[in-house]
Amino acid sequence: MSLWNKHAIFEKNSIVLLVGILLVVAIGGLVEIAPLFYLKSTIETVDGVRPYTPLELAGRNIYVREGCYLCHSQMIRSLRDEVERYGHYSLAAESKYDHPFQWGSKRTGPDLARVGGKYSDDWQRGHLNNPRSVVPGSVMPRYGFLADAKLDFKHIQEDMSVLAIEGVPYTPEMVAKADADVKAQLSPDDAPSVIDLVKRYPKAVAHLSLAGADGPTEQDALVAYLQMLGTTVDFKLFDDKANWR
Amino acid sequence: MQIGEMLGIVLSVVGALLALFIAFNAYTAPYAFHMIVFALAGLGSAFFIYKRFTLRPAVTPQEIDGKPNYNYGPIKFSSVAAVIWGIAGFLVGLIIALELAFPDLSMGLPWINFGRLRPLHTSAVIFAFGGNVLLSTSLYVVQRTCRARLAGALSPWFVVLGFNLFIVIAGTGYLLGITQSKEYAEPEWYADLWLTLVWVTYLLVFLATLWKRKEPHIYVANWFTLAFIVTIAMLHLGNNAAIPVSLFSPKSYIVWSGVQDAMFQWWYGHNAVGFFLTAGFLAIMYYFVPKRAERPVYSYRLSIIHFWALVFMYIWAGPHHLHYTALPDWAQTLGMTFSIMLWMPSWGGMINGLLTLAGAWDKLRTDPVLRMLVVSIAFYGMSTFEGPLMSIKVVNSLSHYTDWTIGHVHSGALGWVGFVSFGALYCLIPWVFNRRLYSLKLVNWHFWIATIGIVLYITAMWVSGILQGLMWRAYTSNGFLEYSFIETVEAMFPFYVIRAAGGGLFLIGALIMAFNFYKTIASPEEAGAPEVTPALAPAE
Repeated sequence: MSLWNKHAIFEKNSIVLLVGILLVVAIGGLVEIAPLFYLKSTIETVDGVRPYTPLELAGRNIYVREGCYLCHSQMIRSLRDEVERYGHYSLAAESKYDHPFQWGSKRTGPDLARVGGKYSDDWQRGHLNNPRSVVPGSVMPRYGFLADAKLDFKHIQEDMSVLAIEGVPYTPEMVAKADADVKAQLSPDDAPSVIDLVKRYPKAVAHLSLAGADGPTEQDALVAYLQMLGTTVDFKLFDDKANWR
Repeated sequence: MQIGEMLGIVLSVVGALLALFIAFNAYTAPYAFHMIVFALAGLGSAFFIYKRFTLRPAVTPQEIDGKPNYNYGPIKFSSVAAVIWGIAGFLVGLIIALELAFPDLSMGLPWINFGRLRPLHTSAVIFAFGGNVLLSTSLYVVQRTCRARLAGALSPWFVVLGFNLFIVIAGTGYLLGITQSKEYAEPEWYADLWLTLVWVTYLLVFLATLWKRKEPHIYVANWFTLAFIVTIAMLHLGNNAAIPVSLFSPKSYIVWSGVQDAMFQWWYGHNAVGFFLTAGFLAIMYYFVPKRAERPVYSYRLSIIHFWALVFMYIWAGPHHLHYTALPDWAQTLGMTFSIMLWMPSWGGMINGLLTLAGAWDKLRTDPVLRMLVVSIAFYGMSTFEGPLMSIKVVNSLSHYTDWTIGHVHSGALGWVGFVSFGALYCLIPWVFNRRLYSLKLVNWHFWIATIGIVLYITAMWVSGILQGLMWRAYTSNGFLEYSFIETVEAMFPFYVIRAAGGGLFLIGALIMAFNFYKTIASPEEAGAPEVTPALAPAE
């Protein structure tokens, strides 16, 4: 049959085969990915979503480093049981400043998209040190070493500058005051600094560091990150129908 | 000295000096360690290029006595590396399986807790084991089916050694906490750049060998290999687009964010399955099954349809990892549709592989290597049926986030990729080392122990996954959620133990294989390698 013979063109010329493959494999990705960058309905219009404070960002980097996303999702699906268990389904807007995203793919542990404020700082620290001290059946590893590790935030300004290039609205002021903001978020008693921090990062919460003079620990940063997850959008004010198109 | 050798020495030394410079200014100790590894590798490579120059003959003949002078050195290296990495990867898998059942096994140490070992496991089995199997088989198959010596002298060695250096950097990085958290693409920017260099060289070596071919047609296995190399390059560059914090920092930030990053990730992630773990290993099927069965490929036309349909459709399937998430519905539905359609080319390939046995089915009784290859195709058929099923949104609402996904992955990974790799290695290592395989009886033991292991593994994960999915959505008669999350975790314990037992059996099988290869390679050389090439009726 003549049509089958035409295939010889691919079999006899490696460059034709190469170009053919490239064209064929490019289509699917182009159709599925490119529109996500220009269709306005992809990311909802919502008030409240803000960039991470320098301390939360440092905590997020520890979350990434330890591979927390391998057992904890941060994506509540729009299913009845999930919404009742974890809270309002996750919006695309809530992770729009997440480089990279942390939606996860497995729930060996529960979803963390709205874990912020659900437990006290003390609970979080105790749970990280030994999960089975507060949840007897837990299979999570102990992360006590985070409480002994000094937080390295020497270069956090460079991190923020890179994120600013990638589209996260960090202002030059935010970058300049990063070190002060890390300290302010760990000094709940220093009211003027905390007020200043909240001006730049609405709803940011200060946490008491247990480290004392040694400076903040990695646990401090991770707790600050966990305690802000899902807290920025006020769902009493969120109107999902306003985003219908 | 040839110009390539001089260039190789200069680049190695310059690279080593750059790595040392970075090491002295590195922000973190693990990064400095990695740069010192790079520097040592550079100096080592300069030394070995020079030493090779002093030892090698002036001209390497392309043919000896009218037969191609095949280059088996890099193939020997990567086939043995595959066995070693495979055992390491299975062992780490067993450890993390046990950590899920007995969480204090990690003793609160950062380096061996689940979060750091899991990427080590996945990278070790997919990229270190699977990658070395693909390198060794593809470089073997392209030479034999082209009847030409591998193109390049140093470059095939650069591909094989450079890829394994990437593995070392990636693996040690996870243990030290260097990761960008993109599943199956965890290595940071500098490892990604290095892999890009290696990969482009791989493509060039492969293409240049095709250009030297004495056969008019490019054999079907090479189509799949080419698709694998090219598409993995595209996915790697798209998914890993990142800006490093500094030249002196291991940390980078992916340029994509949120929903777009999720789409990029699963466009990559699903096609790491589609092109690394499927297209690359289908190339193995299309060469080693006909060769071992001494039968031509069942249908030439089916292989054409199989090839183009598979490479076209696979790319679309990514969004089925994101059902009911914040990814727009249209993308989810599109991903689901193509995932279901993908069933057809997958089974087309399975049929083409299985029916190649037509007229040779009796060999399954006598040849455990062929049995391994055929059972791998059966597992391929099973998991490519289960995959489309799980991509259906309602099924996915139950299966997603549970162990069912883990079970599905392992029926493909252990059953298909593992067995087709073992089968290919049982053929390849005797061929390239010119030895007789030490024991077919041990292959038989490997086959049955590993098969029982796989069955334990995937059935345990089916039960635990479906059970947990149902428990999460169970309601009491009063309309409240019936189970707290931790109750659903506690229910998993027996299945985690059974899974670990299954993984342990799979590991034992691989150790038997390693022993078999050790005895094979240690035995005296045999003369006369088999000289049959599988036939595919050409297009005209």
